[in-house]
Amino acid sequence: MSAAERYTDYGPLPGKLFIVEGIDGSGKSTQLDLLRKWIVARGYCVYFSEWNSSPLVRATTKMGKDQHLLSPMTFSLIHAADFADRLDRAILPSLRAGAVVLTDRYIFTAFARDAARGVDPDFVRRVYRFAPKPDAAFYFRVPLDEALRRILAGRPELKYYEAGMDLALSEDPYESFRLFQGRIREQYELMVPEFDLTVIDATLPITEQQRQVRKIVGNMLDSCLTRPSTPYGRLLTEHGLSGHYLREVGARPEI
Amino acid sequence: MDSRSAERPEPGYRNRVHDEAVRVLGDAQVDVSRYPGRLIVLEGTDGVGRSTHIALLREWLETEGYGVLHTGLSRSRLAGDGLRKAKLGTTVSQRTLDLFYATDFADRIENDILPALRAGFVVLTDRYFYSIMARSIVRGIDRDWLRDLYRFAPAPHGVLYLRVSVDHLIPRVVTRGPFDYWESGMDFQEETELFRSFRRYQSRLLSVFEELAKTYGFQMIDANRDIADVFADLKEAVRSLLPSRPGVAS
Repeated sequence: MSAAERYTDYGPLPGKLFIVEGIDGSGKSTQLDLLRKWIVARGYCVYFSEWNSSPLVRATTKMGKDQHLLSPMTFSLIHAADFADRLDRAILPSLRAGAVVLTDRYIFTAFARDAARGVDPDFVRRVYRFAPKPDAAFYFRVPLDEALRRILAGRPELKYYEAGMDLALSEDPYESFRLFQGRIREQYELMVPEFDLTVIDATLPITEQQRQVRKIVGNMLDSCLTRPSTPYGRLLTEHGLSGHYLREVGARPEI
Repeated sequence: MDSRSAERPEPGYRNRVHDEAVRVLGDAQVDVSRYPGRLIVLEGTDGVGRSTHIALLREWLETEGYGVLHTGLSRSRLAGDGLRKAKLGTTVSQRTLDLFYATDFADRIENDILPALRAGFVVLTDRYFYSIMARSIVRGIDRDWLRDLYRFAPAPHGVLYLRVSVDHLIPRVVTRGPFDYWESGMDFQEETELFRSFRRYQSRLLSVFEELAKTYGFQMIDANRDIADVFADLKEAVRSLLPSRPGVAS
């Protein structure tokens, strides 16, 4: 499979797609959240999407996880269905509209996790080749021990698949999680050259990481769709309204 | 069974949690030739009579003493319900449906079909991934992608294709009840009228089935005939695919 075949070309898209990847505890979600606030503050239309969040697929994934019905193959395919649903119904239309699309995890999460479960890497890459190429893909690189310290500090409740318990690496969920995250990290490291991921050193101060990310993203936003900064302010003033029913329809009159 | 086949590895791998579980990993097509069972697929378009013939074949096979597993699309424990619900709405994309179907298919391969073949059952399946492919190809999904998606699917011992013309199909569908939205391609064709849409969609579908028949070596059964004649042919086709009759020394 050549590099060009790993993605699908949807023609020129006016929007921009930025994605973050990394093992649990790398701080990628924190960084994406800071990036989102900055882009919103600059007046752009932003659409945010999270891994494994399609309402259409949710009930199946939840049942599969709760009842431990998922094999490495069905785990892989149901997550691909989830991704396809989010891509076709939200991500692609937003990119076509010119929005800035931010996603917490992308196809690389599937590649890392599925390979860690023993699914053939070439198979997974072929399944996901309908994905568009991100304009920037940030990989937050963190040493395994540091990530584990961040995650395990509070003795969290680790879920069965999250801890890789389906692989029977260890009877102990914490030990299993450790081993599983180690395998996932190995896969990420292999993908850095394969997919030309932009590496951010996730041991740096949060502000420094964010500065590096914004430097890259900031140059690419010019053509993106902007939104009126105060959609209700002038309307309410001119018409002498308070807008208190707007809350009932999910709008926030204060902005 | 000769000694050579006994040394062949299991398809997929053995999961260490459930020692007997069979898993497919997508690296290659699963080889079912070492299993004592038989995987027999009945393919054909909507309303051609697949379920009727499967009901008849099951009865006949069981009377003959064969253990039969009957399976079909969207019947997996994992994804069956979710898939049916997804199809109730009109917001699902074809690609999402394909991956949902693939999940359902993989779940049945791992948990129903391969275990039954290992145990020596005759597995009768009402459609296989060919139907899913045909529907998706008509709707513009890339066929190479579909072929890759199902590359783990074992080659059945036989694929019996109930071949019908649209003209012969229509009287059956009309007497069955209201025209189905999906079976008429109303989700993507630019037709406002259900019957016209059905006719156009089924013609397109049948021509894709013809291509798949060549690629995957379907055995053609002429379904433009009386049901008794169709069944007689099916029975002969199935008989020739079976292992020696149970209880009779071979």
